[in-house]
Amino acid sequence: MADVTMRIWRGDASGGDFENYTIAQNEGEVVLDVIHRIQATDAPDLACRWNCKAGKCGSCAAEINGKPRLMCMTRMDQLPEGPVTVTPMKTFPIIRDLVTDVSFNFAQAEKVPAFLPPPMPEGGYVMFQEDVERGQEFRKCIECFMCQDVCHVIRDHEENKAHYAGPRFFIRYAELEMHPLDQNDRRDLVREEMGLGYCNITKCCTEVCPEHIKITDNAIIPLKERVVDAHYDPVAWLGRKILRRTKRSSAEATVQPAP
Amino acid sequence: MAVSESSTKVVLGGARGGPDVATLRQDRWWLQPVITVSVLTAFVIYSTWAAFQNKFYYVGAGVHRDLISPFYSPCLASSCVAGSKIGFAFNGWTLSPALLILIFPLGFRLTCYYYRRSYYRAFWWSPPACAVADSHETYSGETRFPLIMQNMHRYFFYAGLVFNTLLTYDAIRAFRQPGLGFGVTIGTIVLSINAVLLWSYSLSCHACRHLCGGGVRSFSKHPIRYRFWKMLTPLNAKHMNLAWASLIFVALTDVYVRLVASGALTDYKLF
Repeated sequence: MADVTMRIWRGDASGGDFENYTIAQNEGEVVLDVIHRIQATDAPDLACRWNCKAGKCGSCAAEINGKPRLMCMTRMDQLPEGPVTVTPMKTFPIIRDLVTDVSFNFAQAEKVPAFLPPPMPEGGYVMFQEDVERGQEFRKCIECFMCQDVCHVIRDHEENKAHYAGPRFFIRYAELEMHPLDQNDRRDLVREEMGLGYCNITKCCTEVCPEHIKITDNAIIPLKERVVDAHYDPVAWLGRKILRRTKRSSAEATVQPAP
Repeated sequence: MAVSESSTKVVLGGARGGPDVATLRQDRWWLQPVITVSVLTAFVIYSTWAAFQNKFYYVGAGVHRDLISPFYSPCLASSCVAGSKIGFAFNGWTLSPALLILIFPLGFRLTCYYYRRSYYRAFWWSPPACAVADSHETYSGETRFPLIMQNMHRYFFYAGLVFNTLLTYDAIRAFRQPGLGFGVTIGTIVLSINAVLLWSYSLSCHACRHLCGGGVRSFSKHPIRYRFWKMLTPLNAKHMNLAWASLIFVALTDVYVRLVASGALTDYKLF
């Protein structure tokens, strides 16, 4: 096969630039294979994060030709002809070359009020299949953080990181809010402190998700509708009053860090 | 509200990697916003023109037909042409009757989750496409007035259901042709397709999916609502297609009724 030119961002917090590497391309290779061969030949100091090479660990997330993608799941022969641009995820501070500091996400994970089940009944908890299936989709998340990377709320507005959880954590909040055994009510929290209202449904998170989780349709919009139930819908409010349906609010609940 | 203090320290404002450019995308990311702007602008111009016309919106008994444009139904002004009125009428209204009602379907589409995605991208460039820089210095999303009003979507959804019912009634009524009895014409088919598309668009709406069953915590405790939710979920996946199809077809329906009412076209009877 013909040679390919890889334009790779080299640098750290003090600055950087593209460096071109022209290298032979072998049949069936993915971008990560080529990066590894560049490490083995031209640039042994090229930093990149990777682990499973099977699209299941999320470590090798980067931006290929300007779009967030997993390097291990992007086939070279499916990219358009010409140089292939590889840059680190733009939303997070750079450490070196293709490696970024994603600790923003770990801080957000710690803020999620944990699952709060009722006391264990005699015979144990019972879950039905339809309830299990609903949250299963969100459990597919491999935490590559590409949805966080592509979300313009923090990608283009650094200041919003202070009050915005991001799509990856909205699916966590949605999963807990849809759990039949969970007793917390996180609707005020996602509205007031986690910045759900900042999301303007542009669906980029769904577009880049390597696990094809319908983040916007199945998590963010249902969360927004739950917030409408709680704050903007007098009919729903009246219904709750008449039927005396109230959940335990997260203000009352024991807020624990996620495991 | 109490949130656990994070032990992971996040430093805001760290240096980002990559060049300081709006995007490194090489594909035609601009194509989708261009199409959205073109179609929505064309629709807004046409519907505004049609709403202010105040004529050729009803084909009546004079030509053995009962066809009304969806832009003018229900016709609520006392100035509505004979045969197009329903029971109630605003007596003092002198402007086009379309202006009385269009706020409801317009509000439904304006607050629709799919259209929000489209016009935030195409018109507001926030962002124009995924991984293409937002064109604004600051961003507050839907947290403040006026965009916080997007949360009123479900009320426009309820109003939309009333309109769908009335437009379905119009479509059924079109089969009754004054002086000729029951018959099927191109016009009846056009009105029927319009009603079906509008129902499909409304039922595929995210608010509808939430209200029918998505809002419950436990599907197993609400089997009927779960069944509704399960039925609506595949339809919801087609919400984008139905949004465009119903938007374009509602304009085409008005065009057809307008052409027949003005005498430029004959509404052919099939049987």
